[in-house]
Amino acid sequence: MSAVAPESGHGAPIGPPLWLLAELTYRCPLHCVFCYNPVDFAKHEDELSTADWLRVLREARAIGAVQCGFSGGEPLQRNDLEILVAEAHKLGYYTNLITSGIGLNEERIAWLKEAGLDHIQLSFQDSTREVNDFLSSTRTFDLKRKAAALIKQHGYSMVLNCVIHRLNIDHIERIIALAVELEADYLELANTQFYSWAHINRDQLLPTREQVVRAEAITNQWREKLGNTMKLFFVVPDYYESRPKKCMNGWGNVFLTIAPDGVALPCHTARMLPGLAFPSVREHGVREIWYESEGFNRFRGTGWMKEPCASCPEKEKDLGGCRCQAYMLAQDAAAADPVCDKSPRHAELVATVDGLQALSERAPAMPLVFRGRKESLAAERQF
Amino acid sequence: MQAKLETLDTHERVPRIGRGFRLQWEPVQSAHVLLYPEGMVKLNASAGEILKRCDGATPVEAIVADLERAFQTTGLERDVRSFLDLAAEQRWIEWK
Repeated sequence: MSAVAPESGHGAPIGPPLWLLAELTYRCPLHCVFCYNPVDFAKHEDELSTADWLRVLREARAIGAVQCGFSGGEPLQRNDLEILVAEAHKLGYYTNLITSGIGLNEERIAWLKEAGLDHIQLSFQDSTREVNDFLSSTRTFDLKRKAAALIKQHGYSMVLNCVIHRLNIDHIERIIALAVELEADYLELANTQFYSWAHINRDQLLPTREQVVRAEAITNQWREKLGNTMKLFFVVPDYYESRPKKCMNGWGNVFLTIAPDGVALPCHTARMLPGLAFPSVREHGVREIWYESEGFNRFRGTGWMKEPCASCPEKEKDLGGCRCQAYMLAQDAAAADPVCDKSPRHAELVATVDGLQALSERAPAMPLVFRGRKESLAAERQF
Repeated sequence: MQAKLETLDTHERVPRIGRGFRLQWEPVQSAHVLLYPEGMVKLNASAGEILKRCDGATPVEAIVADLERAFQTTGLERDVRSFLDLAAEQRWIEWK
């Protein structure tokens, strides 16, 4: 490649968007209390057409995208999913379906396999029918077990994902046992992070520090027991860290999310950040969006940083953490992520967490808010 | 499985790309990459050359010979075997 790579403001070349996340729809049969879709998702119902998506797949592949995730909402709600998977496969993407399993039946999985789908990640809410169905506000536990069996029958390796929070974290042992029973190859035990619907329900969902420590210890015991047969990933809630995550592996670094209505984002929650105009694939080409748009260039590299990040020796390691978390907790998208104990706002976060811990010992004061169209339209917040 | 492997002459072992993994050349990165569920490994040139010969039909010995021929060199066997052991540990390859 002799072409000169485009550069970010700081002179470092901008790499290709290796990961294309196609959020095909915000529609979903589940009503999960921790959903990361925007709270106002029901106000963005004008979905991209099949032809739009086919163009996005081609344009992103042309500039180097190689992993393609189909997610949502529930991507199986789109009846053109097989067409999009087939095109993505033909273009040379590694294709991933990120699904609740609802809508996956013998016929569809056979079509998807035929279309070249490489991988399926299946989500569960809990190890028991009662809690799974409660948390998703649906009767879906048995359907998910059926979907898991179909995935194995069709020769896929299986990644199970279970979002962890205060209401299911103490069942972690049974959740792992369920994954073993379903012959999962990988199990992601991802503690919920607090954006969107999970943020609305934060008081009820943040586990206590003791719960997290216990759950991680149990996970480690199972890791030893299971060896190479099933890999376990445990993700701690950011709120209990003292250094922030390198969010999305860097802003505009490898991830390109296309929202159901065509808005291109460096991550699926970035839309919340004020004063940033994110371009739509309805009006702009993917190359122009990735390399030239203000939205994607705004937090690339380290040139945008303020103190304490600007002079921090660890700034390349975490790139200042998550911009959305900085905005949500410090009301400034360019601030250090308050998860970092070097942030001047860290003490406030600690106080919030302590307050929530104390709260968790009493009966919940507020009911859980289940994600739903009616709730979305009524919500006074976007995220 | 383990017992079965032990009875085989190691020289006859045949590697193939692991289930769920896919090897391909990416022009934008000027590199071979190994793709797997939700991830990617960008391979250096020698790893790419070894893995692209792991076709499920060629035994290790023949892979080594082919590499030595292609790069007009000798004595690659140890490096190739230790790379393949590492690759198997990572599930990048499987032994047939």
